[in-house]
Amino acid sequence: MSPRVTLATTLRVLRQLRRDPRTIVLLLVVPAVLVTLLHELFADRPLVFQQIGGPLLGLFPFISMFLVTSITMLRERTSGTLERLMTLPLAKLDLLVGYALAFGLFAAVQASLVCALGFGLLGLDSVRSPVAVVGLAISNALLGMALGLFVSAFARSEFQAVQFMPALIFPQILLCGLFVSRDQMAGWLRGISAVLPLTYSYDALARVTSPPALGVRFWTDLGITLGATLVALALGAATLRRRTG
Amino acid sequence: MIGPMSDVGSGNAIVVSHLRVVRGGNAVLPDLSVAVATGSVTGLLGPSGSGKTTLMRAIVGVQNVAGGSVTVLGLPAGTRELRTRVAYVTQAPSVYGDLSVRENLAYFARVLGVAGAAIESAIDTVGLGGYERRIVGSLSGGERSRVSLATALLGQPDLLVLDEPTVGVDPVLRRDLWDTFHRIAAEGATLLVSSHVMDEAARCERLLLVREGRLLVDSTPDELRAMTGTNDLDGAFLRLIEAGGGP
Repeated sequence: MSPRVTLATTLRVLRQLRRDPRTIVLLLVVPAVLVTLLHELFADRPLVFQQIGGPLLGLFPFISMFLVTSITMLRERTSGTLERLMTLPLAKLDLLVGYALAFGLFAAVQASLVCALGFGLLGLDSVRSPVAVVGLAISNALLGMALGLFVSAFARSEFQAVQFMPALIFPQILLCGLFVSRDQMAGWLRGISAVLPLTYSYDALARVTSPPALGVRFWTDLGITLGATLVALALGAATLRRRTG
Repeated sequence: MIGPMSDVGSGNAIVVSHLRVVRGGNAVLPDLSVAVATGSVTGLLGPSGSGKTTLMRAIVGVQNVAGGSVTVLGLPAGTRELRTRVAYVTQAPSVYGDLSVRENLAYFARVLGVAGAAIESAIDTVGLGGYERRIVGSLSGGERSRVSLATALLGQPDLLVLDEPTVGVDPVLRRDLWDTFHRIAAEGATLLVSSHVMDEAARCERLLLVREGRLLVDSTPDELRAMTGTNDLDGAFLRLIEAGGGP
């Protein structure tokens, strides 16, 4: 692995993103619109908005980076650029870390904007520093990226890649505890949610945006999120083959 | 010490021995042996589906092989050390369509660790001067493949494997590119170029004719004309393919 190649990859990915201003605007504006909608929806019930809205701010980058990475990586695979890179002096880690830096940076901007809106204008209480929410948002972005990278190996077309979102992301959002608290779920649902990484990302966000002390659970949540990211990255790296059929 | 350079002087840049490649239960290359001399421009010819691209992929080290060996510059194909010394241009241009010509070349130059001056000279060589700021996706097919070719020239590789590099290129530029290929070879590099254009085959020092995964002919253009008793390579090629075997 070489810092030169890693940073060149980061720069290249950011340049590609810049060439697609419409995607950038969508990634930045849509979360803001959704949070505003939620605010209006619960205009009479600020407690519910606080309970759902706070953690939600940190979940947007997970969803968008999953989508962006699975499409971008699929393009690398189908355009032949990945095969070319695999013939060059580029370590798989250069590619993975290069992508992670670029998307992590973008997630930081995305999360900062939506947090500024939520905590600033819409009256959400960050309880602790909003920076903690932005930090968790970045770790969620990396989890989304790692999962997107992995599933891109199983898609033959962009249409298929997009279908992985309802298949892999929606169940995690439904079961993470955002809509129904986990202790109110049927046992088997709670069992499924226990093996889904987003459950822990969400729990960390929920703890950071509520008054009780963080406790050991928070750090366990964070550890599991990072661990799941590393596992998904390792699985994704295994799909980057120098030799293919 | 047996360094890589000692192999370059020893005659053959590529030695393929009993190479077997199976794809989907089908032996694309059943048992192929061939050698390519260092410092030569060798043409790889054959009907589409004959296994040309598979052979090139095996030489570059990106193809899963079922048996045999491929030695490139004295090392097993695909060895880490070869990644800076072997350049491969695929038939479909493998560059980033959403980046400009210069941004594409700048990225691959950084990956290869070569200086920025190499970018200008590669752009010049493929005749894309004035196109530096154009987005690759907006270029014509022929222009895109020249961007792809330019990236392969960046690192001054010892072996260039080019899969149909002149498709969609006008005759003047095609002639210039072939002059470039010979100039690169004169400096000691080896080129393996697949093509189906016979006036290009005439410009190769050696021709390999592949059909259904088997090597039909390994000769010079003159020998090929002599053995088929025809003066034009198009005719010689057709005669051999239709005969279905060696002469």
